[in-house]
Amino acid sequence: MTRSLLLSLPLLRLIVAITVLIGLWQLVVLSGAPRYMLPAPLSVMHTLVAQSGLLWQHALVTLGEIVAGFLCGTLLGIGTALTLSRWAFLRSTVLPMLLLTQAIPVFAIAPLLVLWFGYGPGSKIVMATLIIYFPVASTCYDGLRQTRPGWLDLAATMGGSANRRLFYIRLPAALPSLASGLRMAATAAPIGAIIGEWVGSSAGLGYLMLQANGRMQTDLMFAALIVLLLITITLYFTVDRLCRLAMPWQPDKTGRQALINGDIA
Amino acid sequence: MSSPDLLSGSQVSDGLWVHQARLAFGERVLFDDLSLSLPASSWSCLLGRSGCGKSSLLRMMAGLSVSNDAHLTLIDASQRPLEQRIAWMGQQDLLLPWRRVIDNVQLGAVMRGERSDPDRAMALLEKTGLGWAARCYPQTLSGGERARVALARTLYEQAALVLMDEPFAALDAMTRLDIHAQACELLSDRIVLMVTHDPLEALRLGDQLLVMRGSPARLERILPPEGAPPRDPASATMSHHHGVLLKALTEQAA
Repeated sequence: MTRSLLLSLPLLRLIVAITVLIGLWQLVVLSGAPRYMLPAPLSVMHTLVAQSGLLWQHALVTLGEIVAGFLCGTLLGIGTALTLSRWAFLRSTVLPMLLLTQAIPVFAIAPLLVLWFGYGPGSKIVMATLIIYFPVASTCYDGLRQTRPGWLDLAATMGGSANRRLFYIRLPAALPSLASGLRMAATAAPIGAIIGEWVGSSAGLGYLMLQANGRMQTDLMFAALIVLLLITITLYFTVDRLCRLAMPWQPDKTGRQALINGDIA
Repeated sequence: MSSPDLLSGSQVSDGLWVHQARLAFGERVLFDDLSLSLPASSWSCLLGRSGCGKSSLLRMMAGLSVSNDAHLTLIDASQRPLEQRIAWMGQQDLLLPWRRVIDNVQLGAVMRGERSDPDRAMALLEKTGLGWAARCYPQTLSGGERARVALARTLYEQAALVLMDEPFAALDAMTRLDIHAQACELLSDRIVLMVTHDPLEALRLGDQLLVMRGSPARLERILPPEGAPPRDPASATMSHHHGVLLKALTEQAA
């Protein structure tokens, strides 16, 4: 009884907050903002239902790009981190290159990516991959570097080879750090996909938004935005859940709980 | 407890010797040409002021890196280098939080790519009174329980030489007395070398007390109290020995 009340309280607060926000939105609309600039919440809801087929079709394209980009970026990032911590001599060459991928704004090379990888999903997947590659690689690498020295000493006295120490000690020790990188990536990957669609595409929520914008269908734009929001939130919670499943020994203090309690690290 | 030699270490019946130990950081020589003998089935305690190099000596014996200018030879009675592995207990229990208790005990087998032996690990946990905790994660255990898991992990190694770097320093006094008694019993057939900052701990456990001091450091033997370890810390002679040991520790080296 008490427990369920405690659990529902933060959720209740969240629902209240969202309701208040929508109320404010309605107030602004009522105070005379033109419809083509700010559609009423109800008309956006109506568009969400009426255009659900269209939205669904484009959402699937974007979702595919986001998930593919997330997976590619994660694999590349973890691979880079493992390589860097296993072979020290690579650090001096690979680390500056890693920084370089971050120093060039991905948005600046978006047109190039479309030129190279085409109008299809390819360029968007590359874009999402590039955006999340650095946070994943750097958090994973940091985690791998910060293994407690005592654990490594113990493993060394047990006769553990460098590979075994990496996979049985340093990698599991890096998981909490990697998980925070993956949560960041879950919210960043959609940015890559949408930017890619804006620069050049024939499908996807970003494409739909541009089209709707051009035709002054602001309510459709808002509807697409809400769908994108739902995709991002779902991705975040899925990643968070998987991370926690992968670390059953960790006390439950990250992710959903942190988000609801308002202390996202 | 399936086999009688379950707990035994690999036999090094006649003790071990450290010869020509040298450690320097650049110009600063911590010790040079240091020798040390560790009799069979004995527990030696190494004491000294912090920074005198006692933990470094222990690390060198374990084959862990200390300095570019560090070397020693570790030989057995037949003058051959010790080929068997050693077991290490660090300053904390060093249990891996992502491995269950029983998997922590068997870590050595995983590290060497050997087949692990869950029956033996389980028997060792029973010996330390933690059979019930085999499937738990370490962070659900108390400090004393974790120290006993670390002890079981050390026994699992079946090493002749056990090196300890203040393994019980983080425990409260009561828990420490308990684990002393248990460690003393379970490690009775091994050669143990323990670095400690606690004179009472050394007096309670040591068959041999070594005080490291001076620059470059030498080792001085102090006579341990009579009786077999674990000795009663409340016994009458203990305070006398405590005084002698403290004096040796605080005296400036001649």
